[in-house]
Amino acid sequence: MNRREALSATAVLLGGTIVGVQTFLSGCSSPKKNITPFGAEDIALLDEVAETILPETPDSPGAKAARLGEFMKVMVTDCYSSDEQKIFEAGIISLRAASNKMFNTDFLKLSSELKHDLISSLNKEAKATPENSPAHYFTMIKQLSVWGYFTSEPGATKAMRYVAVPGRFEGCVPYKEGEKAWAT
Amino acid sequence: MTTDSTTVNINSKGVSQNTYDAIVIGSGISGGWAAKELCELGLKTLVLERGRNVEHLKDYPTMNKDPWDFNHRGQMTKKFCEENPLITKAAGIGEDNAHFFIQDKDHPYVQEKPFDWIRGYQVGGKSIIWGRACQRWSNYEFTAPARFGYGLDWPIRYDDVAPWYSHVEKFIGVCGNKDGLESMPDGEFLPPFDLNCVEQHLQKKIREHYPDRFLVQSRWAHLTEPKDIHLQQGRGKCQARNLCMRGCPYGGYFSSNSSTLPWAQKTNNLTIRPFSVVHSIIYDEQKGKATGVRVIDSETKEVTEYFSRIIFVNASALNSNLILLNSTSNRFPNGLGNDSGVLGKYVAFHLYRGSASGDIEGFDDHYYYGRNPTDSILANFRNLKKKDTDFVGGYTTFAGAYRQRGKESAKDEEMGVNFKEALSVPGGWKVYMYMQGETIPKESNHVRLSTDAKDQWGIPLLVTSVGYDENDEKMVQDFLTESKAMLEKAGATNVHAHDNKQAPGLDIHEMGGVRMGNDPKTSMLNKWNQLHHCKNVFVTDGACMTSTGNQSPSILYMTLTARAANYAVAEMKKNNL
Repeated sequence: MNRREALSATAVLLGGTIVGVQTFLSGCSSPKKNITPFGAEDIALLDEVAETILPETPDSPGAKAARLGEFMKVMVTDCYSSDEQKIFEAGIISLRAASNKMFNTDFLKLSSELKHDLISSLNKEAKATPENSPAHYFTMIKQLSVWGYFTSEPGATKAMRYVAVPGRFEGCVPYKEGEKAWAT
Repeated sequence: MTTDSTTVNINSKGVSQNTYDAIVIGSGISGGWAAKELCELGLKTLVLERGRNVEHLKDYPTMNKDPWDFNHRGQMTKKFCEENPLITKAAGIGEDNAHFFIQDKDHPYVQEKPFDWIRGYQVGGKSIIWGRACQRWSNYEFTAPARFGYGLDWPIRYDDVAPWYSHVEKFIGVCGNKDGLESMPDGEFLPPFDLNCVEQHLQKKIREHYPDRFLVQSRWAHLTEPKDIHLQQGRGKCQARNLCMRGCPYGGYFSSNSSTLPWAQKTNNLTIRPFSVVHSIIYDEQKGKATGVRVIDSETKEVTEYFSRIIFVNASALNSNLILLNSTSNRFPNGLGNDSGVLGKYVAFHLYRGSASGDIEGFDDHYYYGRNPTDSILANFRNLKKKDTDFVGGYTTFAGAYRQRGKESAKDEEMGVNFKEALSVPGGWKVYMYMQGETIPKESNHVRLSTDAKDQWGIPLLVTSVGYDENDEKMVQDFLTESKAMLEKAGATNVHAHDNKQAPGLDIHEMGGVRMGNDPKTSMLNKWNQLHHCKNVFVTDGACMTSTGNQSPSILYMTLTARAANYAVAEMKKNNL
């Protein structure tokens, strides 16, 4: 399986197009300009949003353990186009504002039910974004959460199965419902 | 008039100190083979490599890294992409292996028509990052240009190369199944990789619906079961990691670095000089032959001349053209050996534009263990015995199937435990095909030297003027129609066939410009890859190709190299060279 297929194996779940990655696959070229670095509060907020999307479960740690806030900072800063960066940056502000507007309090202080409600409304908003318009910031957060989580050590080794050195290839082995996917 | 660099200061440490029996220009997949054969046959051999040294294992910094060890999980940064719009298009380039590709700014060239020239400048060249497919050419391909009147006849046939294919296969290790196909002859195979259950299904369905089409297990340069000769090279079994392009800690796939170069080193006959940009080949008018090579140190820019009885040109197809074009003298004002005027012309490549993929249901209780680093192969079925389409040439189709990560139901979950769990298990199966098609060498598809622009070493830039033609368009359409039909007949749904319209070159199978042929009036090289008009110079990389065929070319370059090297040494012993 070549690289394009490897990435598209994940892309399907994310609605087809991964922000940033598509540019990479087609050979990228777009003007730059870096945005202001993410602050500690931004990273804490993103960690919490990602944890709501991918929570800790009995068999595997959640998004926070995979340090997804930090991952998003690195990816948005280093790999997103300046337009995408602007959407993401404005999205953090919108997300904070939405929490204050809906519940009159900071996202980090919300109960898990209310966090769920807020993320659910953002998810609907993102889904309603027309196909040809620029990606919604929540789509970016969700994609980066999924991508970052399942390529992180806890995500790949606990939520999925990872064998660094398989030692052999067996083409056809039985699969039982519920068994984890191979992370790579 | 002599070459212009005779006017610069040449650091001559004395001719004897810089004299070898043989010089090999380039250390990639064919240069490594020239070095191995010549050293084993007892020649003191100098290998010139324009890039840095890359030593097996020692210089593979990412070979054992896990996905989370990469800051960007494999993706190149925006800055790198913006600075390298060309090289970031290369198949397989990523954060884990970008150090084995050039960066755009260092190595400019002039594209008269869009042509993506992908290069890897280091000891080992692109053999570290190659695709590793190793099918043999059939006699159909050697004879097709002449039979169907679309090109110059090859001076050789399958029987000329068959024993040399065996020679190469045994040493590098090629896995595969003996399928008995005329269109894709069997070789000296190690055990093949398994087909997964969907690939087995695809194989069966194609067989059922198309009696003349054969989907077979991959023939790839992987050690599925190393033999003694491989263990002697210090190489071991392929561990099914599918991280080949980082360099393999087990030596599981073949590269110059893991195999031919260290093997040549063991003879004590090998000298490798990295950072050596070849300016030109020196032609001695009195002796009537080439006497050496003029080299510019890539770092110090110092010019040095090296001398030898024979010279192998393995600089990669287009760079071999460039070197010959830049090797001018009174005798050869248009480039070394270029009396015919065909040097740089009849450049061709492989058509990689078409692909198709779809979903296939009914295999949810099957999975695989390990990561298969290969694809299965559907042998060419077009224009074999007779011309049966409205285009000439044929195409090989690569095919495979894999299970996606994450269930479709994840799409309906917004977040939380169910979302995470749906993503943690395998989803449906995907099947895919992509083409590798023959293109027709034409005089108009050519490379030449720029008359004004030069690189940082003062060597004229290469101008590429290579494009698609109507035959290519027809072949792509045929592939799109046929691949879609085959996948659908196998029961796939949501089948999409796609023409990516990529520029030539991105296939990384550029060939020709120094073609072989029987007639010195229409070709550059004879049947031994020897310049017709300068017999002690051999060109055995992709530049020598008379036509492109539809099989993966690297193993043919290795085969022609081994054959030519053995011929050259025999001729030297007879004092003919």
